[in-house]
Amino acid sequence: MMAAFSVARSSCGLINGLRVSFRSLAPVKHGAVAAAALQTSLLPDCRRYSVGHLSVKERIDMKRKAALVGGGQKRIDAQHKRGKLTARERVELLLDPESFVESDMFVEHRCSDFGMEQDRNKFPGDSVVTGRGRINGRLVYVFSQDFTVFGGSLSGAHAQKICKIMDQAMTVGAPVIGLNDSGGARIQEGVESLAGYADIFLRNVLASGVVPQISLIMGPCAGGAVYSPALTDFTFMVKDTSYLFITGPDVVKSVTNEDVTQEELGGAKTHTTVSGVAHHAFENDVDALLNMREFFNFLPLSNQDPSPIRACHDPSDRLVTSLDTIVPFETTKAYDMLDIIHAIVDERDFFEIMPSYAKNIVVGFARMNGRTVGIVGNQPKVASGCLDINSSVKGARFVRFCDAFNIPIITFVDVPGFLPGTAQEYGGIIRHGAKLLYAFAEATVPKITIITRKAYGGAYDVMSSKHLRGDVNYAWPSAEVAVMGAKGAVQIIFRGKENQAEAEAEYVEKFANPFPAAVRGFVDDIIEPATTRKKICRDLEVLASKKQVNPWKKHANIPL
Amino acid sequence: SQTWLLFHHEQYNSQCDQDLSENGHQVCNEAVCVGPAPTSKSYLNMDAIMDAIRSTGAQAVHPGYGFLSENKEFAKRLAAEGVTFIGPDTHAIMAMGDKIESKLIAKAAKVNTIPGFDGVVETADDAVKIAQQIGYPVMIKASAGGGGKGMRIAWNDEETREGFRFSSQEAASSFGDDRLLIEKYIDNPRHIEIQVLADKHGNALWLNERECSIQRRNQKVVEEAPSTFLDSVTRRAMGEQAVQLAKAVQYSSAGTVEFLVDSKKNFYFLEMNTRLQVEHPITECITGLDLVEQMIRVAKGYKLLHKQEDIPINGWAIESRVYAEDPYKSFGLPSIGRLSQYQEPLNLSNVRVDSGIQEGSDISIYYDPMISKLVTYGATRAEALSKMEDALDNYVIRGVTHNIPLLREIITHPRFISGDISTNFLPEVYPDGFKGHQLEVGNRRELLASAAALYITAQLRSQKVLGNLRVSSTPVECTHWELCAELGEGLYSMEVEVDGGKVEVSGQWNLASTLLPLTINGTDRMLQCLSRDASGQIVLQYLGTSFKVRVLSKLAAELNSYMPEKVAEDTSSILRSPMPGSVVAVSVKPGDTVAEGQEICVIEAMKMQNSLTAAKQAKVKKVHCKPGETVGEGDLLVELE
Repeated sequence: MMAAFSVARSSCGLINGLRVSFRSLAPVKHGAVAAAALQTSLLPDCRRYSVGHLSVKERIDMKRKAALVGGGQKRIDAQHKRGKLTARERVELLLDPESFVESDMFVEHRCSDFGMEQDRNKFPGDSVVTGRGRINGRLVYVFSQDFTVFGGSLSGAHAQKICKIMDQAMTVGAPVIGLNDSGGARIQEGVESLAGYADIFLRNVLASGVVPQISLIMGPCAGGAVYSPALTDFTFMVKDTSYLFITGPDVVKSVTNEDVTQEELGGAKTHTTVSGVAHHAFENDVDALLNMREFFNFLPLSNQDPSPIRACHDPSDRLVTSLDTIVPFETTKAYDMLDIIHAIVDERDFFEIMPSYAKNIVVGFARMNGRTVGIVGNQPKVASGCLDINSSVKGARFVRFCDAFNIPIITFVDVPGFLPGTAQEYGGIIRHGAKLLYAFAEATVPKITIITRKAYGGAYDVMSSKHLRGDVNYAWPSAEVAVMGAKGAVQIIFRGKENQAEAEAEYVEKFANPFPAAVRGFVDDIIEPATTRKKICRDLEVLASKKQVNPWKKHANIPL
Repeated sequence: SQTWLLFHHEQYNSQCDQDLSENGHQVCNEAVCVGPAPTSKSYLNMDAIMDAIRSTGAQAVHPGYGFLSENKEFAKRLAAEGVTFIGPDTHAIMAMGDKIESKLIAKAAKVNTIPGFDGVVETADDAVKIAQQIGYPVMIKASAGGGGKGMRIAWNDEETREGFRFSSQEAASSFGDDRLLIEKYIDNPRHIEIQVLADKHGNALWLNERECSIQRRNQKVVEEAPSTFLDSVTRRAMGEQAVQLAKAVQYSSAGTVEFLVDSKKNFYFLEMNTRLQVEHPITECITGLDLVEQMIRVAKGYKLLHKQEDIPINGWAIESRVYAEDPYKSFGLPSIGRLSQYQEPLNLSNVRVDSGIQEGSDISIYYDPMISKLVTYGATRAEALSKMEDALDNYVIRGVTHNIPLLREIITHPRFISGDISTNFLPEVYPDGFKGHQLEVGNRRELLASAAALYITAQLRSQKVLGNLRVSSTPVECTHWELCAELGEGLYSMEVEVDGGKVEVSGQWNLASTLLPLTINGTDRMLQCLSRDASGQIVLQYLGTSFKVRVLSKLAAELNSYMPEKVAEDTSSILRSPMPGSVVAVSVKPGDTVAEGQEICVIEAMKMQNSLTAAKQAKVKKVHCKPGETVGEGDLLVELE
C-alpha cells in the first residue's frame, strides 16, 4: 500500500484522481490490488509452476488453464461473496452460448518494478478479458475487466487489449460493450497506465457516432477511469455494487469537509437520479447482463446500418381506442405520457433511458412494426412536462444518438414552455435549451411528431417542429399550438380590459386548438388519437428511404 | 342497457366529469355533465340532475341502480316536473325504502319477518340498549341503503358502538340519510331474493329467485338463478309472499324482495329493493323477459303481458361481479388505475357482459369499484359454470388489480359446485384469507412448461432480424434448451424439447397478444401473459390466478445463485395505505403510545370506511397524513418507533 502512495503522491491532475480513488477504495474492496504484488501467501497454488521441463503444447494448455481462473479460486470466491460475477462469467452470460472468441489470452503485463516481474505476479490475459461474440446472432466486441487480477487495475497491457478490440470493432463496424470492474490505474506501472487510459479515451472519441459503445459499470470505476464510460453512448450501473466518481469519500472529506458514503457519492442511485451520469440501473449482475442483451437488440451495429427490424407480432394497423380518452378535458390536468407510448409501440415494449432523471421528459427505445425507433416525449405528469436544463440535456443527447445511428425519432409533444426562474437562468437554460433545439434541427433521420396537447412558445419550436425539418407532424384534436396559455396571453393582449374572462374565452376559441397551426401547414394533419400507431407505422415505411444531408463541415459546433 | 335504444325513448343519462369521456355515450344519444367526480356533487346532487333533465327535455328517467334510484325525494321532484320516473310510485319507494316501515308492512301482509327491533336509532347508547334487548349478534345498517353498504355485525356492546359510528357515517356519505336499523343477525344464512314485476293495474308476478349467498363484507360477488337450494314448494311460498308484499304497497315496476333462508328452508323477509338490481340479468336469462323493457312498459301504463304460469325457468345463469379490487386483501380492497388494456370475452357464446367502461377508462376512488357484470348461461348449471370458467380466462383486464382470481376459485370450488354455500362461504373456505389458486403437481408442471415455451418463443424471435444485413447474423441453432424456472420458493429444473418432451405445449405463439391459447398435453388452456421482461420474469395468468415465474437459462440460473437477496423494509413499524382513498380521521398524534390493534386512522375508499390499526404496541413517531387528504396505495401514513 505504501508503494502505491509514493507513486501517486508525486503526480498531479488526473493521476491525483486515480490515486485517490484507489486509496479510498482500498480498505473496502481493493486490499488485494497492491497487496498481491507483495505477498506470496495470497497467490493461488495453480500458478506456482516451473516451465523448464514442459513442452510448448503443455505450456499453452497450462497458460490457457491459468487464464481461465484469473486471480485464482480464492479471489473468485471473494468476488461471488460480494454478489458479483467474475469477468468470464459475465461475458458468458452476455453473449450467445459458445459464441465468444477470445483474443489476447496470453498477454501479460510488462512491469518489472516492485517485484511485478516475478512469475507469480504474471497472469495470462492480465486483468481484462477481451474478444468478440454474438448477441442473438449479432456481432459485438466485448471487454470485461477482471477484478480478481490486481483488482482489475489497468496496466499498459490491459489497455492495449481493450484498444485492440475497439480498433477491430471500428474496422468491421460492430458495437463495443465494456464491462467495467476496476480499482483504477495499475500504480506499479505508473505513467504506462495513464497512457493506457488516454489510448482508450481517444478510441472512445473516434468510435463515437461510428459504432454504438455501451458501458456497464459492475464494480468500482473511479478517478480518470470514469471518463471512458462518460465518453460512451450509454452507461448502465448495477445497484449496490457499482460506483463511479472522480475522487472518493476520503478526499472529498479532506478537501470540502463533506461526509459522504461511496454509495451516496457515486452509487447507482446517485447517478441515475441526481447527476444523470448513468442511463439505467439494474438490480444485480445477472439482471444487468440479461437487460443488456435486450437493449442490444434495439441497436444497429454501426452508423452504416439501418435501424434494425425484428419480426413483429403486433399488427401495424392496430387501432388504439384507449388514446381517444387519454388527454383530460382540463388543460391543467396531468396524464401519463408513458401510457401513450406503451399503447402505441409494439407489444407495449419500451426501453426507457434515464427513467429516474429529469422525469419531465421521457426518452427511450421501442419498435414500430418491428423497426427500432427512438421516442421522445414531454411528461405532463412531472413539472407539467416543461423543458428545463436537465430535461433539455437528457433529450438532446438521446436525439443525437438516434441521429448518429439512423434510428427514426418519434416525438410526443405536450409542453407548456421552458421552466422560468433564477435557478434556471443562472444555470444557463439558454445554453442548455439550445442543445435540444440544435439536436432536433441537426437530425436527418426520419422525424415524426405528434402534438397531443400543449405546444407553447419556443418549446413548440424546439420539440421537433415542422420548422426544424420534421418529416411528418401530426396534431391530435386536443392540440393547442400557441405562443402561450390563454391566461398569460390575455394579460398582454388585453391589458387593462375589464372583462378578462371574456377575452380569455376569445383567445381559447381562436388559439387553443390545432387549427392555427394546421391552416399554415405547420402540422400536416389533425388525426384521431386511435389511429396514431397506424399512421406512424405507414409513415416509417415511406421514410425508410429518406435521404437528407447537412452542409459539409469539419464538425458542427453544438453549444456545450 | 340495450333496451333503451329499442324503445327510442327520449331518455337522458346523467353523467359527471369523471365518466363523461368513457361510458354512457355509447348507448345514449346524449350525455350531460352533472358535476365533478365526488358523488355528493354529481350523481347525488339532485339540483344538478334536475337541471340536466330540463336541458335535455327528457320525458322519462331511468335511475339505474344505486345513487338516486331509491330516493323518494328524487321521484317526487320528477313527478312535480311531469317527468316519468321509470320505477315504482313514490309511496312504494317511501314504504319500502324505509327499512322499519317496510317490515311493519311486510308483517301486516303476512310475510315472514326476522325477529328484531324496528326503530330509529339516535345515539350509540340507544344502539347498545336495543342490541341488548334483541340479543347478540345483531346487525346494524343504514335505513336508506341497500345491499351491504353501511352494514356491520356486532357481537357485543363495544362492537355495537363502533358499528353505529361507522354505519351512520357511511350512510351519510353514501345516501345523505344517517338513520340506522338494528335487527337480529341470523347466523349462517343464505341470501335468496325473489324478482317481482307489477303493473299499475294491480297485477303482480314473481319471476323466480336469485341465489346471492356468495358475498364478501355483505356485498354480493357471485349470483345465480335459479338456486340449487330451493324446491318448488319453497320457491312458490317465497314467490307468493313477495307478490303479497308488492300488492300491499300497490307496487308497480320491477322490484326485488330479499329473503334470508336458513338451513331448514325457513325464510325471512329482509328488505325490498324498489329498483332494478345489479344482478337482474340472470333472471332475464332464465325467464326470457327483458326487465328494463318491462319497466318501461309498466311506466307507460301498460298491463303485464304475462301470467304467473308463463314464467319459466329455462336453463341456468351465473353472474360474476368483476371488481377492481385486490382479492388478496380481505377478499377485495378497492384498487384504482387506468385500464391500459381491456377486452371482454364477447367472442364466446352465451356470455353477456354489462359494463360502463372501455379500454382507457380510469377506475377512480369516487365510485363503486365494479368493472362489469359477467353473465354466462347454459342449459344446465354445469354448462353455465364451465362457460364462466372460459369467460373468466378470456377476460383481459390490465392496469388495475381485479378479482378474477377469486371469482374463478369460487366457481370451481367443490363446495360451490355442490351448492353447499351460505353467506359465510368465503370466510369458511378461506379462513386465512384468499391466497390464489393453489397449484397441484400436474398444474405446476403445465404452468412451468408454458412459461418456458413462451420464453423460448421470445428468445427465438429475438434472433429474427429482418432486412438486408451488412454483417450477417449467425444465431446459435438451438433445438434443445436447458432452462431453470423459479416459481415462488424452490427451483424446478426441466428439459424442454421443442418437438415433444414430457409436457407438450403448443399454441399460436403471438408475443403481442394478451391472450395465450395453449394446448398443454392435449388440454386446451387459455392463459394470459401479464408481463414479460428481459430478466426472465414472466407473469402468467393461469387458472385465474397470476403467477410470477422466472425462466432462466441453466447458466443464468447458476450464476443467479451468487446474487445477494435484497433486504426488504421492515413493515411492522410503518403503516401504509392498503388502497387509494381519502383520509377520514387520524386518531393518533406523534408521541402517542398505541396498543396492538388500536385504530390509527380511517381511510374511505369507494364508499367504504376502513379502519387501519397498529401492528404492534409502539410510540407514534411521525404522522404523514391529514384528514381530508387523498392518498394512494402504498403511501406512508404513520411511522411507529
